[in-house]
Amino acid sequence: MTGTKQLLIIALLFFTLCAAIIAATGMGFLQIAPQEVVEILWNRILGRESSTINPTFPFVVMEVRLPRILTSALVGGGLAVAGAVFQAILLNPLADPYTLGISSGAAFGASLAIILTLFGIVIPAWFSIPVFAFIGAMATLIGVFSLASTDNKLSSNTLILSGVIIASILSAGIGFIKYLADEQVSIIIFWLMGSFVGRTWSDVFTTLLIVIPGLLFTLYFARDLNIMALGERTANTLGVESGRVKKMLLVCASLITAICVSVSGIIGFVGLIIPHLLRMILGPDNRILLPACFLGGATLLLGADTITRAWLPSEIPIGVLTSLIGGPFFCYIFRKKQLAKAS
Amino acid sequence: MTHNNLLFHIDKLSFAYRNNTVLKDIDLQLQPGKFYGLIGANGSGKSTLLELLMATLSPASGSIRYREKDLNNYSRKELATKLALVPQHFSMDFEYSVRDVVLMGRHPHIPRFASPAHHDLEAVEQAMETMDIHHLQDRPVIALSGGELQRVVMARALAQETEVLILDEATSNLDIQHTIAIMRVIRKRVDENGLTVIAAIHDLNLAAAFCDNCLVLKDGALFANAPVNKIFTTNILQSVFSVNANVDQTSGNGHPHIQFQYQ
Repeated sequence: MTGTKQLLIIALLFFTLCAAIIAATGMGFLQIAPQEVVEILWNRILGRESSTINPTFPFVVMEVRLPRILTSALVGGGLAVAGAVFQAILLNPLADPYTLGISSGAAFGASLAIILTLFGIVIPAWFSIPVFAFIGAMATLIGVFSLASTDNKLSSNTLILSGVIIASILSAGIGFIKYLADEQVSIIIFWLMGSFVGRTWSDVFTTLLIVIPGLLFTLYFARDLNIMALGERTANTLGVESGRVKKMLLVCASLITAICVSVSGIIGFVGLIIPHLLRMILGPDNRILLPACFLGGATLLLGADTITRAWLPSEIPIGVLTSLIGGPFFCYIFRKKQLAKAS
Repeated sequence: MTHNNLLFHIDKLSFAYRNNTVLKDIDLQLQPGKFYGLIGANGSGKSTLLELLMATLSPASGSIRYREKDLNNYSRKELATKLALVPQHFSMDFEYSVRDVVLMGRHPHIPRFASPAHHDLEAVEQAMETMDIHHLQDRPVIALSGGELQRVVMARALAQETEVLILDEATSNLDIQHTIAIMRVIRKRVDENGLTVIAAIHDLNLAAAFCDNCLVLKDGALFANAPVNKIFTTNILQSVFSVNANVDQTSGNGHPHIQFQYQ
């Protein structure tokens, strides 16, 4: 199933991502040439000082832009990989990281963290929001699992339905929190729309710590995921412990989603569109698709974030941008596919 | 055949979904190299018995031994090299090619990070040849018709190169032409390669024409296990399926032919 063409595309995606990171780092209010960006990075790695470059540039690159850029790339890659995994497990090409209500859980947790101050509990927001969002996402996952566990085999329909039920309860909860929040409501709304403003190296590292091991873990099971496309029963007779693999990968993909949501807020459509697009180009083999999704998702979200940061006259929330572009685009490919099927 | 040559040795097997007993006290011994038909009315426990044989369900009580070793002591992977399943329904939402799907049958034979070996590819070629789907090999499975799809599933199971093939009403969605073609291929494998087949079959005439023995389930119990010409009698059809039928034992090469009385 693997071919030279696929490997070439992976290599191409990898170089595109590297180029995008360097180009994006140079873009913004202060324009820095790509070769200067490379030189700054190179000097930093070697621990050298450079005399020829404007002395403010290294600070802008290392402390302001790079953390944000790397966070957005990791989140984009993570969401796309999680999307591909959810689609493969739920046997539904239209599933995404948010199908199981995980985003609603994270949003609920974050909203809760924001209104805590109303009750006199003061925890710094940079700490409480991601932590609460993460706990919210994981609690939702446990809730969805226990609701779906009445069905021993964790069938995809039961899981999706449980996700929808829990998500709708949670959005009512978010509504109630917004109502309570009064003046703070704008912070909640802004968070819900997703943003990478002011991300730091600690965001980069926490995301990295989950997304990369998560990607490797899913890659280890990529071939089992392929076999599971035959249906759980047949997969079992082909030597795949599909029940166990399903559970482990659901937890893994949910963890990835939870960490992504908690550092960035709700960013829709990346997890849906990237796997979908790449599957059309590369085919459905998860051994190729998963790494390609990571690279493609990273490049896409990094690009979108750079557009809001450096091009648009005023910054709009990244989640709004991805949904505004992604939604109609998705309608287009969905429609095209339906028509192709009909003919 | 000697005792230790048995394939399946089933002893006092019972199974229940929650409090609903599906199979009770089944004693059964299956020999290798035979074509077994599994018949019985809807809800008589056919599918459950097949699931138990494939160890995708575990017995509530009693035991199933495969080559005199308890089925629970085999790993999934090990079993996958011995038993292959052809299910009744097969649908796929991803655009794998026919060739990819047939190659999936080699999954238990290929180590986790290895590429398919020469023999794996050969088995795939051969299985596609046998099922006459070679010309479809690059087509996505989503684009196939029901009959083509079922042949792909058959080819996948053949590529698995197991000694047992389990068919769960594998042909009941097919037209008669494809049904006969598939059954012929399987029959040939039984006769020439010593394959063992256990097939749940709805169409009694099909069972009569291709099977050596028939296992008859009635209300979760084993009603009979005998050669086809002993099974297909007016009496048994009446008591198992509650239908009136005439059975012609003398027509085509010793296989009984059943004529149902519709009015």
